[in-house]
Order: sequence, then structure tokens, then C-alpha cells
Amino acid sequence: MQMPDFGWIVKMAFRDFRKNISRLLLFVSSIVVGIAALVAISSFGENLTQDIDNQAKELLGADLVLENSKPIGDQPIDSIATQTASEVNFASMVAFPQTGASRLTQVRALEGAFPFYGFLETIPAEGDADFRSGGKKALVEKTLMAQFNAEVGDLIKIGEVEFEIAGELQKVPGQTGITATVAPAVYIPLEYLEETGLVQYGSRVEYNRYFQFTEGTDVEALIEPYNEQWEIDRVDADTVEDRKRSTGRSFGNLSNFLSLVAFIALLLGCVGVASAVNVFVKEKLASVAVLRCLGVSSRDVLYIYLFEIKIMGLVGAILGAFLGTLLQFVLPAVFADFLPVEVTVGVSWLSVGFGIITGLFVSVLFAMLPLLKVRNVSPMATLRPETADSGLLKDPLRWLVIIGILLFIWGFSFYLLKSVQLAFGFSGFVVFAFGILWAVGQLIMWAVRKFLPISLRYTLRQALANLYRPNNQTISLIATIGLGTAMISTLFFLQNQLLEEAKFADKEDQPNMLMFDIQTPQLENVKSKLTDRGLRILQDVPIVTMQLNEINGIDKQENEELSEEEDYSRWLYNREFRVTYRDTLISSETLAQGELIPTGTRGDSIFVSFAKDFAEGNNLKIGDEIEFNVQGRPIKTYIGSFRDVKFNQVSTNFLVLFPTGVLEQAPKFHVIITKTKNDRESADVQAEIVREFPNISVINLGAIVETLEDILNKISFVIQFMAFFSIATGILVLISSLIISKYQRMRESILLRTLGASSSTVRKINTMEYFFLGSLASLSGIILSFVATWLLSSFVFEMSFRPAWGAGLVLYLAITGLTIILGWLNGRRIINQPPMEILRGNG
Amino acid sequence: MTILSIKNLSKTYQSGSRKLTVLDQVNFDINSGETIAIVGPSGSGKTTLLGLCAGLDSSSTGSVVLNGKALESLSEDQRAAVRSQDVGFIFQNFQLLPTLTALENVMVPLELKKRKDARAKAMELLEKVGLKDRATHYPTQLSGGEQQRVSIARAFANEPKILFADEPTGNLDTETGEMIEKLIFDLNTEKGTTLVLVTHDLELAGKTQRIIHIKGGKIQEDANA
Repeated sequence: MQMPDFGWIVKMAFRDFRKNISRLLLFVSSIVVGIAALVAISSFGENLTQDIDNQAKELLGADLVLENSKPIGDQPIDSIATQTASEVNFASMVAFPQTGASRLTQVRALEGAFPFYGFLETIPAEGDADFRSGGKKALVEKTLMAQFNAEVGDLIKIGEVEFEIAGELQKVPGQTGITATVAPAVYIPLEYLEETGLVQYGSRVEYNRYFQFTEGTDVEALIEPYNEQWEIDRVDADTVEDRKRSTGRSFGNLSNFLSLVAFIALLLGCVGVASAVNVFVKEKLASVAVLRCLGVSSRDVLYIYLFEIKIMGLVGAILGAFLGTLLQFVLPAVFADFLPVEVTVGVSWLSVGFGIITGLFVSVLFAMLPLLKVRNVSPMATLRPETADSGLLKDPLRWLVIIGILLFIWGFSFYLLKSVQLAFGFSGFVVFAFGILWAVGQLIMWAVRKFLPISLRYTLRQALANLYRPNNQTISLIATIGLGTAMISTLFFLQNQLLEEAKFADKEDQPNMLMFDIQTPQLENVKSKLTDRGLRILQDVPIVTMQLNEINGIDKQENEELSEEEDYSRWLYNREFRVTYRDTLISSETLAQGELIPTGTRGDSIFVSFAKDFAEGNNLKIGDEIEFNVQGRPIKTYIGSFRDVKFNQVSTNFLVLFPTGVLEQAPKFHVIITKTKNDRESADVQAEIVREFPNISVINLGAIVETLEDILNKISFVIQFMAFFSIATGILVLISSLIISKYQRMRESILLRTLGASSSTVRKINTMEYFFLGSLASLSGIILSFVATWLLSSFVFEMSFRPAWGAGLVLYLAITGLTIILGWLNGRRIINQPPMEILRGNG
Repeated sequence: MTILSIKNLSKTYQSGSRKLTVLDQVNFDINSGETIAIVGPSGSGKTTLLGLCAGLDSSSTGSVVLNGKALESLSEDQRAAVRSQDVGFIFQNFQLLPTLTALENVMVPLELKKRKDARAKAMELLEKVGLKDRATHYPTQLSGGEQQRVSIARAFANEPKILFADEPTGNLDTETGEMIEKLIFDLNTEKGTTLVLVTHDLELAGKTQRIIHIKGGKIQEDANA
């Protein structure tokens, strides 16, 4: 075969390009948004990794942190350290005496100059220094201050002690906005901790010690000799390197997840490219036939148009990369609540290069699908134009391209997800969603063609018939707008569903108030306070804390020596188990396997019940022998059963359930669950309990819903920001397809006007067509998202599916309305175009 | 010397379960420099015959030998090379490339032959058809007659051995049509090209040396005009 004359191919491509530049620009406009999103996220990820590296010490606030659930005594490294600090932190109620309001917070009792790197940012700025200057002073997280309208100088009561608020905490090194929302912190001086009377039996307390060493100390090497002893003492040591790794890993995952969302936008754009090139190619078939007649080989014809696509793909990719680089400047603001470090923004050439190559590659890959048609155009089409649009299904190259596209989707998602299974899941979902939307489009066109009744009003009939006009883009619009809608509405519905679920709990006869850390001597008193108010004690749950000594005779040290395949999770040996005992299951539990032995006696075999998911996740089996350490006393048990536990109810749920008759004499504390009639009563009960028993923590459902709402809003803002790219791509594809079909619409409209149709009739037909297009696309998307929400609700969140019809209707109206408006804007010019222009072919 | 030799040429299409014979055992030879008209009613198979003669399509049976090359043994791309080398076309609907100017349209066959003087030669041809001052115009900026003149210039650009014209005046008014006819015949005489013309127009056919009448896919008459 003769070598292609590339010089001539390029020349021909540029000649063709001149007249098509604006339309070709539209083809690639579809990928600009996707590439911009990818480059922005990727640059942001790059910069974030860099920043985590640079600010690693501020993340931890020290060179080394030791953590334990028991007080950490003097350490041999104390003498090497240049500075040390201690902190005791635990969840407790804090009350604002001025208003009587209270809420559960994270109390951090601090001694020493922690953080050694970075600082506690407060308003006023001298708040931190004031707090450390001595006296009963506290620093209070800004979310908490805002919630209770508190001001600096106000008093805050923690346990038995009142502290003066010295400053409003703005930023704590290494802490994100989300942490502050879930568990707002209150810093108090460690010296007053005992006076508060809060640290009692059962309090879940964490003891931290912070160390700073001289600059350049190899901390990892320094602590190496002590690691073994710390393991035995269950002391967790966290170095800057550890924190860097774990933070880097979580943000790597986040950045990959966001890239995946951006990738969906890019894929939608790719459908737009394929669809636009399809129309382009169809219009070029006559020219291709002429070129073939003049003796140009099919390969050279393909190269001419491929070259044009490459140039435009490159332009689109560069434009996208440029926009993406600009876009990353707003990302730190979008993700502000999730970032533990200050993020710098700057051009990441690696991401820019990655974006440009990806953009070029996808535009060529997806354009190839329709472009391959030009290879099969017979020169005979110059004499018989109807032979030009030949079938493509037989072309083996087309199948190769389809396989290439599938491989690309899988490969790219694998690159982002780093898991073969997840990549298959994701690409499977993408193919499924596109497949469904494609099938819907085909079905609708078929049905309209087949069943369109002749008796229907002409304007309506014409509008419906336009859906299957030659070169129609009905399917590509349904796919892109539909998928964009599906993404946005799934997120929206799911958020709604989670909140509804939480609120719904209040409507039924479900508990809505939970009190914990109740000491045994306080129990009867608390109960009578509640019953005096006419409240029912729905559950009174005793809780015993214990640790795990041995599994099937293997203790912590022996477990360390086992190979990775044989050993149990180290975490099992390190965690503290909070266990209850009863002889029946409660409403949130069902027996999954084995038999629940209701009572046990000392000396006899004791059968405990494990939460199924927890046990299976840790390779525990029915019959395994587990030795617990209950306050220094070993108790040998066997796993008798597994329970399915629903953890999403306001209830006390336990990983391990003991039978009655074993733990009754062990030191314990209590949880009481009750149901108040309304928010007012909840507030009154909470105020009374906190006032009388400062060590008892109270959570009411209202507070949970509020926090959940807050968190979901923060998360959904980020997700909606990302989903916006898909919608923007959908709109661009819509605009480009409207412009691409403009010429054809003009011809139709002029023909109609020539035949005597008024402008308003033409306008009516066009509007109805856009209405059908918008409706079909948005409805397909919304239905798809209902299915997705149902699947996620049923299988992931395990809650009943309540379709959000109202929200669905709003989305439907918004997207259909947008389609009609864009159609109108495009249509105005069509209707005003002089007919001669069309006859001349200049339109 | 024979430039085109057609032997037992047939073309059938499968239409559902039915076999449709469009051309049935057609035989004729055309000598170099001859002008010939293929005439017949609509659906008689003229256009199919033209397509097969020019190597635009492949036959079901029989052979087409164009300038010594048996077209049925060639692939589509090899036939394209033959067209580029030996064949020129004029179409009823002009078939200019809409994104190219008049000059560039004429340059294409020359560029395909890698002629260095493509531009000058194309300009010369445009001058011959009287369109030198419209060289930079796009097809949509030209009238039907002008477009057909560009198409004629393009057809002669690669100095083809044989020129196929499909109803070259079919889309033009009488006056313009006559001008185009004159141009084709003049250039044909000047260049000594073989001309194969497909037309309904018996008056136009009468201007050629030989007329082949075709009906129902068979040659009815092959006689000198």
C-alpha cells in the first residue's frame, strides 16, 4: 500500500477546518468541562500531598504522640524530649449557666505548651495566651459558641467546675471543620480536671502525651527500643511520619473519589463528542464520496478528518487544562471543612500534562466510533447519495474501538480506585447506566415511529416526529442529560433519605433520648427523675468495659509472631470492649447464626454473642474460645452465636453480648434510654439531668438530626459541586447539539413556513420538541436515580426507601425548563433566518 | 486502441428474498478518443453502468478493463488509484467539496498526483472555463452554471484518459446547459480525452459519435450517431 502523503492530508484537513471551525469547537466543548474538573482535582491532590508533607509537623502538633486509655506514666524518652505536654480527652456535657443550655462535647484537659508546631488560633488572638496564663479558663470551639450565642468572658460549666471562656477556637492544628462539627472541642487546664469530677468509672477517656525533640532527631529510630513495651501496655505511638502516611492515604482516597466524579463528567462529554462527530461525519459523507471518486484512498480520507479531530481534541484539552488550573484556586474554599492543612495552589504541570493527554486521547477514541464510517463510503454515493450511509456494524475496526473504549473506562477507573473489583463495579455501572439510557432512547423513538397516531394534532405530531428526524441526537441527549440528572438527583435523594430516616425515628414509638456514663449509685435517682415526669424507661442497659486477652489460646504477643494469613487483627487485642448482658435480643438485633444461650453461670462454659459483621470481618467463628480481661479478672467464653445488628437506630448496640448471670457483680455503668414527647421536654430533661448529675452525658435525637444535617450539608456541598461538572457538560452537549442541528432545523422551519405555517406554529413545534427531549432525558435520569437510591437505601444504608416525589418533580421541571429555554434561545435565530440563505446553503 | 472494454457485465442486487438484475450481460468496447452517450429511460441501468465503467462500484459478474487494467481484480483503494490516474468525472449535481474554494477544488486531483505546479495549472484551467476571477469563492457563492464549470475544470485537471459525465446539464437552464456542453466538447477535443456521457437528453447525445441505448439493464442498440 502506498504511504499516505501527510503533507497533503494536513493541507486538506486545514482547508476543511476553515469552514467548520466553529462547529468543530462545539464538538470539543463537551470535553472541556470534564478535563477541567480532572485537572483541577488532580492539581489540588498534588498540591495537597505537597502541603501534607510540608505541614506534617503541624498535623500532629508534636514529634511524637503516645495514646492510651489509661494514664501514661513517666517514659524513658522524657529526658530526651525538649518539651512534653499531657492531655486527657473525653466526651462530656458542657453547660452554659447563663442560658441553662447544654450539649455533648469533646473536653480536652491540657497541660504544657502543646501544640509545639502550629498554634491554637483563637478570637481574640491573645485568647490562647490568656488560657495558658492560669486560672479556670477555657477555649471553646467556634461552632459551639455560635450554637449557644456564647461570648468570650461568659462562663461554661464542665462537671462541677465553671470556667471562663478565654477565647473562641478558630483552628486547631490537624483538625478539620468536620471534626469540629461532630465533636466540638473545649480546652480546659488539666489541673482542674479532677475537680470537675468527670473522670469516673466507665468514662471513655483517652490519655495523650506529646513530645518534642531537638530538630533533626530521627523519631522512628529513637522510639524503636520502646515499641515492644508500648505494644504490651497497649500504648499507641504516633509519629509525624505515621500521621503523614495516614493523612496522605485518606486524602489520596478522597482525591481519587473526586477524580472519579470528574471522570463521569468527562465520559458524558465523550458521548457528546461521539454524537457531534456522528452528525459531522453524516454531513461529510457526500464530500467523502467525491474524494473517493477523485481517487483518494479510504485511509487517507479517514486521516483527513482524524487530523481535524486531533487538533480540536488538543484545543479542547488545553482549554480544559487551563480552566482546571484556574478552577483549583476555588477548591480549597470548597473543601475547607475537610482539610487538616493549609492548601497552597499553584500550577501542577504533571496534572496539566495528564489532562491534555487524557483529553486528546478520549476525543480521538470516542470520535473514532462515528468517524470509521468514512472508510466505508462508496464513491458510488456521488451518483446515488442514498448509498453513502452504509452500515457500520460489520466493520471489525468499530468493534475494536468499542473494546478500546471499554478498556479505557475500566483502566482509568482502576488507575483511580486501585482495585480490580471496584474498577469492574464502576465501569459496569457506567456501561449499565449508559446502556439503560440508550435503550430508553431507542425504545421511545421506536414507539413514537410505530404508534404515532395520525389523528394527533399536527404540531404535536410534528414535534414528536422530530425526535427521530435524520441526524437526530435524541439518544445522545437522553444519555448525557439523563446521566447528569441521575447523578445529581441520586445525591439529593440520598441526602434527603438519610435525614428523613433520622427524623422519622421521632415519629414512631422510638426512643429519642439517650443518657450514658450513669454510675450505679446514681441509677435509681436518675430513673425516678424521669418517671416523676411521666417518662418511660425504655431501656436500662448495664455496661461493663473489658479487654480481650486471648483468642483460641493466642495472646497478643503470640499473635504478633503469626504470619499475616494466620494472625488476628492487632486492633482486637488493643481495643476496649463495652459489653452488656441480657437474656434476650432487642428490636435492633436478629439472630444470624448459632444459638443464643440466655444465661451462664460461673464455672460453666459461657457463650457470648458477637455482631456478625464485626466477627466475620475479624475472622472469628462460632465456637472460638475468647478470654476477656474484665478489670484484671480473666473470663473464658465461647462464641455461641452471631447477631445481625442495626446500628442506625437510637439504641445501645453492642459488638459483644454476654448472657446474664456472669457480669452482674463486675464494676459497671449504665445507659438509660427514654422517649420525650417533644423538643421542649427534651431540653428540660437534659437541663435537669446535666444540672444534677454533671458527669452524665445526654444525647437527644434533635441534636443528632441537627449534627447530621450539618455534616450532610457540608458533604453534599462538595458532592454537588463535583456533580455540577456533569450537569455543565450535559448543558454544553445540549447547546452544541442544538447548534449542530440548527441548519437542519432551519431547513425544516423554512419548508414549513413556505408551506404556509405561521412563525408561531413553527415555534410551537420547536418548543414541544424541546419539551419532549427535556422530559425524556430528565425523567430517565430521575427514574434511574430512584433505582440507585432504592438500591443504596436497601443494601448499603439498610433503611426503607421513601421516594422523594417532590424533589423529583422539582428536578424534572428545572431540567425540562432549562432545555426549553436553551431551545428557544437557539430557535429565535432559526425562525428569523431569511429563506434565501438556506437555499444558498449559507445558514 | 481500446480504452474501455466491457465483457458480459452484470449487476444484481438482493432485495429481501428477491434478486434484482440491474444490468444483464452487457458488452461493448470504447476506443481512445471516442465520444459516446449512454441513453435510456429512468431505471434502465445507465447510472449503474457508468459507476461500474468508472470503477466506482464492483460488478456481480463480467469484466471491466479500463486502460488495460481489469477493475474486478482490484481492491477499492487500488481502483481509487486508477481513478486518480486515468479518470475524470462530471456530475449532475456538480459535487464540489463545499469547504474548498473553486481553485482548491480544481487543485485536488493535481495534488493527488503530487504535481508541484498544482496551483498554476488549476488557475490555468479556471481561466479556461472563464472563472479566473472567482477562484477564491466557495461553491455556495457560485451559481449552478459556475459550479459546473469548476467541476469541468476539476475533471480535466489530472488530464484523464477517459471522462465520465452523468447528466452534466441536468440541473441547468437551457442557455447555461448549452454553454456547459460546448465547454465539455471543446476541452475534450483539445485534450483528446475519451468521453462517456450518461443522459436523457437525446439532443446532447446526438453530439457524440456513438450512442448506446439501454433498457431494462440490456443494450438495445449500439450505433453511431
